[in-house]
Amino acid sequence: MTGANKGTRTDPYDVIVVGGGPNGLSMAAALVASISDISVAVCDKKPFAVPNDARSFALAAGVSRMYETLGLWDRMTANAAPIDHMRITDSDTPDLSRPLFLSFDGDVVPGRPFAHMVPNRDLMGALLDYARDRITLIDGAEVSGFNGSGAVAELSFSSGDVLKASLVIAADSGRSKLRDLAAIGTFEHDYKQSGLVTTIAHTLPHNNTAFEHFRPAGPFASLPLSGNRSSLVWTERTDRVAAIKALSETEQARLIENETGHTLGEVTLLEPIQAFPLALRLAKKMIGPRLALIGDAAHVVHPIAGQGLNLGLADVAALAELIVGALRNGQEAGDPQMLLTYQTWRRRDTALMAGMTDGLNRLFSNDNPLLRVARDFGLGVVDRLGPIKTGLIRHAAAAGGTSPKLMRGQVI
Amino acid sequence: MSETALAKSTTSKSSISTVNQAELDKFAAMAEQWWDPSGKFKPLHKFNPVRLAYIREVALEHFGRDGTKRRPFEGLSMIDIGCGGGLLCEPMTRLGFEVTGIDAAARNIGIASAHSAQSGLAIDYRATTAEDMVKAGNKYDIVLNMEVVEHVDNVPLFLKSCAALVKPGGLMLTATINRTARAFALAIVGAEYVLNWLPKGTHSYTKFLTQDEITSMLKREGLQIKDRCGVTFSPLHNEWSKSRDMGVNYMLLAEKPAQ
Repeated sequence: MTGANKGTRTDPYDVIVVGGGPNGLSMAAALVASISDISVAVCDKKPFAVPNDARSFALAAGVSRMYETLGLWDRMTANAAPIDHMRITDSDTPDLSRPLFLSFDGDVVPGRPFAHMVPNRDLMGALLDYARDRITLIDGAEVSGFNGSGAVAELSFSSGDVLKASLVIAADSGRSKLRDLAAIGTFEHDYKQSGLVTTIAHTLPHNNTAFEHFRPAGPFASLPLSGNRSSLVWTERTDRVAAIKALSETEQARLIENETGHTLGEVTLLEPIQAFPLALRLAKKMIGPRLALIGDAAHVVHPIAGQGLNLGLADVAALAELIVGALRNGQEAGDPQMLLTYQTWRRRDTALMAGMTDGLNRLFSNDNPLLRVARDFGLGVVDRLGPIKTGLIRHAAAAGGTSPKLMRGQVI
Repeated sequence: MSETALAKSTTSKSSISTVNQAELDKFAAMAEQWWDPSGKFKPLHKFNPVRLAYIREVALEHFGRDGTKRRPFEGLSMIDIGCGGGLLCEPMTRLGFEVTGIDAAARNIGIASAHSAQSGLAIDYRATTAEDMVKAGNKYDIVLNMEVVEHVDNVPLFLKSCAALVKPGGLMLTATINRTARAFALAIVGAEYVLNWLPKGTHSYTKFLTQDEITSMLKREGLQIKDRCGVTFSPLHNEWSKSRDMGVNYMLLAEKPAQ
């Protein structure tokens, strides 16, 4: 492993984060931005490098406020596109005259779009840039052991190195090695669906509008990027994916034009379609002795509402607030009472989001005509009930009452 | 709350003592689980952050220290009377105070010392009483008297000793439970009999003191009350927080005038 202080530090860190993705780096950034003299390391198997892919994330309003509060937002928004409107429809693919069931315009949080589409490379670029001179980054670090039972946690690596910390945070993906080493099990559900993602250019403007079309095979979402470009995320039954990937790019583009109801005009693919299997995976506990799980290590939810990263970043904001509070009070970063509070706080939100996205998926991925009438009626009713709609969207924008301070724009 | 109090103050072989042997034995029996946040002292662990935050806040303001520092209280001394297993002493040491923790129960001092050694913190723990510390002539910038008075036999003598330990210009913090019908309902019936938060018999209603009673005793010792606040539990949020409601748990901040 290599890192700025590697091999020179014998004192335990306050916090070691395992996993150098957006959640892990944001966790470390929120801590060092909020409290002076805190010692934080982030380790990862892979080198820390800005990814060269075309992915974008829909960052909810609460998340953009967190990054603003931490002084990071302006560093990642050069190519960001606001989502000012959302249109949710329900129809079969051939159905060109889509009934419009649910539409959202405007300010959930006054003066602020529901979300911004931010390219992964800009997000990671900003986080790495910020981390380099403030946080110890240790790459080539493959975790092989964890012991949180002593006065300080010990984290062992396959290189033979051992690092110590008051608290270790697992941000090492849905297949978290650290979670397994801590013997924390998961609840899993295989949706028998795959998620497909790509980026397109199109001839008609998207008007900063996100579309979500519910179809029997699963939802199809287009999210506006800068210029006449959109990011697509949709689901298909796993058995159909190979056939779609086997199509030529032109055929794939025609398929997408149909899915979008031709609202975006003529479509060109900017990158090959990528597919990944969809599963619901919830860790049975979000904490252990001197251990906290965040992001996908704690919960992998259905991408139907685009909330995976936002949910992880809400973990980050909550845990950072609690750690900073504990340190200010003279308690340790790994204080067991603080960890219990974290789990209680985040469990509610995670269960809600997991249940909501799972329920939405079951409701909509179904061709039963009775269900279809029910959901058409349901969405139509929701659209006429302002407060309920605002509540739904506010939740999606992470602007609710139990939101962590950072997501409400307050320093911690 | 109040078990931190553990055996408050004193025993001592002196002719006048404030210690109550039955109280002392009761807490010593529970002491081993002191540091388990899910164990018998669970309510105290939940209660601890609000006390720590209050001590930090008033100390930052009174001594003009910089709250962005990790150890803002370097150079200041503190004594925690009835320190129990050290739930206040350890955090306060991390914040820079030079901390003395005293407890009349030697077993608690054993537990507190063992734990602080594990934590790598230097704390001066002593199995002694406030009265004996006064005799030794030591004075401190801050005297903590948290969840103790309701377990003490001779409260006026105890508070006199605590006050004598405060340096001129220093602070004393007192936290306890009010003697109100609501306190009886919540702190005794609720916490001990309904919720099982505390072992039955932890508190005795007649030993509770109103803020007026404590205020007048502190004034008699030359201290001035600077602030007072309540601490209330929200079942909805499952946490304690500072409030204006002093009807059950409350805290008093007093200063010994400099001169």
